[in-house]
Amino acid sequence: METGIRVLLLAALATLCSGCASLHRLWPFHHKTKDPAAIARSATDAAAADTAEQQAVPPTVIEPEVERRKIKVPKIRSSNFELGGYFGELSVEDFGANPVKGVRVTYHVTEDFFLQGDYGQSRAGKTSYETLAGNVQLLSDAERRYTYYNLSLGYNFLPGESFVGRSRAYTSSFYLLGGVGSTKFAGDQKFTVNFGAGYQILPTRWLAIHIEAQDMVFRSDLLGVDRLKNNLGAHIGASVYF
Amino acid sequence: MHRSTERARLPALLLLLALPFAAPPVVHAATRELAQVFVAEPFLELHTGPGRGFPVAQVVARGESIDVVLQRTSWFLVRTERGYEGWASEADMARARLADGSPFAFNHGDREGFRDHRWEGGILTGAYGGATLVEGFAARSLTEHLKLEIDAGQFLGNLSNGYVVDLGLNHVFAPQWRFSPFVTLGLGYERSEPKATLVQPIVQNLQTAYEGIGGRLYLARRFYVRGEYRHHTVFTHTDFNEVKQEWKLGFAFFY
Repeated sequence: METGIRVLLLAALATLCSGCASLHRLWPFHHKTKDPAAIARSATDAAAADTAEQQAVPPTVIEPEVERRKIKVPKIRSSNFELGGYFGELSVEDFGANPVKGVRVTYHVTEDFFLQGDYGQSRAGKTSYETLAGNVQLLSDAERRYTYYNLSLGYNFLPGESFVGRSRAYTSSFYLLGGVGSTKFAGDQKFTVNFGAGYQILPTRWLAIHIEAQDMVFRSDLLGVDRLKNNLGAHIGASVYF
Repeated sequence: MHRSTERARLPALLLLLALPFAAPPVVHAATRELAQVFVAEPFLELHTGPGRGFPVAQVVARGESIDVVLQRTSWFLVRTERGYEGWASEADMARARLADGSPFAFNHGDREGFRDHRWEGGILTGAYGGATLVEGFAARSLTEHLKLEIDAGQFLGNLSNGYVVDLGLNHVFAPQWRFSPFVTLGLGYERSEPKATLVQPIVQNLQTAYEGIGGRLYLARRFYVRGEYRHHTVFTHTDFNEVKQEWKLGFAFFY
């Protein structure tokens, strides 16, 4: 009997000891030691979280707090038009040479080519027959009025400098000119072809002086025979670039 | 009396023309804001005039700044830091830089400009109803393909002279091609003045309508050649309308 009781008590003690061992985590002074598998698992989880965090947040770049200077280019003025006037002498075939005056506008398309429109007025004189015959008038005063316009294409050639004295040089060029237009004379209006050449010099960059000679040709039967009439003119003028 | 008065004006005119030569060329003070660019090539050549034939008088070194005073055709009048003014070519200026390092951009006439531009104009000659025609035109681009055009011309014939004004639309089929065909449609006005030798000449002011076809051929820079045929219907005061054929050829430019 004593042996039976002793065995029972020892069995109860062993049971209680094992129960205490299983309850050691409840003991407040127990120092936790992590399970290696849990440690490995938590490390993996942490690495994954770090990667996700790195992917979510872009790398920060230090932006200089300096405003970039904005360049606004002012509009560049163009100066391709020329407006001017001229004065000279025009020889109206069969009617003598007489003063002519006119205005012209030019558009410089390229450095070589330009388009030009000009309008001029003159007055025809007397034919040799009228002068010799005395009191004979082939045309009335109004019919002797000679007006024309030309639309021409010009070509600058031989550009260079002209020297005035020892210390002054001005830009200059020769140019050729040809075009079409109309002439109103002797009560009729005729299709006119014009061609000529000129020389221009620029004392300043905005002013040009021209010397020009042109022939204006049209067909007329005014004096009984239908033929081409050549009307040669030469003039000097000035124009302003704008 | 008239001639003597005219001749008396000649010396005065000559004196007036000579005046500008008396004053030395001066550098004008800047009165408006000018575009400033920097030379990016080893040097920039400055010519004495706006053309390749004018001599080079100065050079501007790399890095120096220049002010752009004005543009004439394909040349720029520029002013250096030291106040010298000279003409630089468009090709050289295209290599210059702005203060922020970006290239100096500007509008220059080329094939791209031929395709897409705002304005064009030109002079044409041909025939209108058997009479010789002299005409000028101006057009405004609405799109690359569509243009609103106004033409004004004078026709000079054996039987009558007169004026025509047309307003219409042009449709350009392939503006990017060197040769681009187009069709045109519009309304017009015709003033016909019969020659005084005919019995009882009557000046007629008539409305017209037209349709036509033509072509544009790019030459160089801002230039192109234009040829066109138009079929005009002239609305007369009688029971029958009149038909007039028109063809014309000429030079035109765009910008």
